[in-house]
Order: sequence, then structure tokens, then C-alpha cells
Amino acid sequence: MKTKTNNYINLEFPSRSSNEAFARMAVACFAAQMDPTLNELEDIKTAVSEAVTNAIVHAYPSTLGKIQLRAKILEGNVLEVFIKDRGRGIADIDQARQPMFTTGGEERSGMGFTIMESFMDKLLVRSEPEKGTVVVLKKRIAARVKPQK
Amino acid sequence: MEIQAKSTDRNLLLEFSGELDHHGAKNAIREIERAIDAALPRRLVLDFQGVSFMDSSGIALILRAQQQMQHLEGSMMVCHVPPQAKRVLDAAGISRLVDIR
Repeated sequence: MKTKTNNYINLEFPSRSSNEAFARMAVACFAAQMDPTLNELEDIKTAVSEAVTNAIVHAYPSTLGKIQLRAKILEGNVLEVFIKDRGRGIADIDQARQPMFTTGGEERSGMGFTIMESFMDKLLVRSEPEKGTVVVLKKRIAARVKPQK
Repeated sequence: MEIQAKSTDRNLLLEFSGELDHHGAKNAIREIERAIDAALPRRLVLDFQGVSFMDSSGIALILRAQQQMQHLEGSMMVCHVPPQAKRVLDAAGISRLVDIR
């Protein structure tokens, strides 16, 4: 059975670092309709910030390129976020996902994927050198017990 | 991201406010370097009370400051870390490497 998409947004923006805050705020605003806790919302913001920063720093190291972001609400109150670039790509994804591994120099910690993994339920990374990278993040927002009136 | 520096008797206190992401960290790292070079402190305190958001860029910033303090044979601690930033530090296992209160 195909999963029903209840609602979605599509965004595209250039790989300027000033868009990191915009991207995580936009996804947080969209996800607010899922009635998340403050912690869940902060986890989503943090993971989106990591994925978008990776695209800005690594996909387009010396040029400005396009970043596409799609967020969907799936059945079962699951948030799915795609972050896609057409940049340099990742030659070795397993290596890139290792904690502390970075090619970003002293400004980067190499903990981006580790944080995406620990703050979301699922992290998928697909990449091809010189073609680009797609990161998919998924998180189920737990149903909250409504207080009795 | 704004940083207020207060230096007394070779103790340097840096108070952070705003969002600590890659965009903000680029300048913040340079500002910290300059403040440490100017004060040559024995003890550095990074006060994160005003940090409204932090991602892994904050980890790089903390580790970089710690490295600089090690070169000066001084000590460093991070204090008043808000819950969201604390979860980022915990997920990365940074509390094993840095004094966080």
C-alpha cells in the first residue's frame, strides 16, 4: 500500500550560509501542525540544520548551487524531510557517516551525520560523485494524550 | 551570534547569545581566537546561557577553543548550556572531552 501524503512543502534556495536558519525554521513551522513537543521540534531543527549545512559546506565548496528541500507529513504522523543538492557528491558514504570524520577543516566537527542519526528515527543518504547527494530524514511525532476536561 | 568578552586577572569570560550554527560560528571562531590572543588567559569560561540554538558547528567551536587553551597550558569550561545545546553535546559525546557544567 502506498503511504498517503497528507501535506507537503517544496523549497529551493541557493547554498548561502544565511539560509541555514531559514531552512530549519521553515521545516519547524511546517512540522508545528503535527503537534510536536518542544524537544521534538528542536530535534527536527537541529537535524535539518546539519543536513543543509553539509550541502552548503561540502556539496558546493567554492560555488553557489541550488539546494532543494521537501518536507512531507506521512500517515502515522511521520515527518519526512528530503534535502537534495546537485553538488560534488560523497565518494565514501560509510566513511562520511563516521563520527569525527570531516573534510571541512577546523570549522567543522565531523559530527553532523551522528547528530542527524541520534535526533531522527531514520537517516538515508544517497550520493554519486559529481552528481549530488540526497539526505532523507524521518521522525515520527508521538501522539500526545489530551488532558481530560 | 554575539559574544561579550570580560577579562579580569587572566580569567576570560565569553558570553554567547543568539544562534550558533555554521553561519554564526565562522565569525565566532575568529572572535574567540582574537579574544584569547589578547587576554592570554589561564582560565577560559564559555557561558552559553544566551544560546537559543546550537548544531554541530558549536562542537567545532568548543573543541577549537579548548585546543587554543591547551597551547597556553590553561583550562577551559563551558557553563549554563541550555537543554537543546546539551542534547547536541551529549549526542556527540563531547562531555568526555570538555568540562561542561
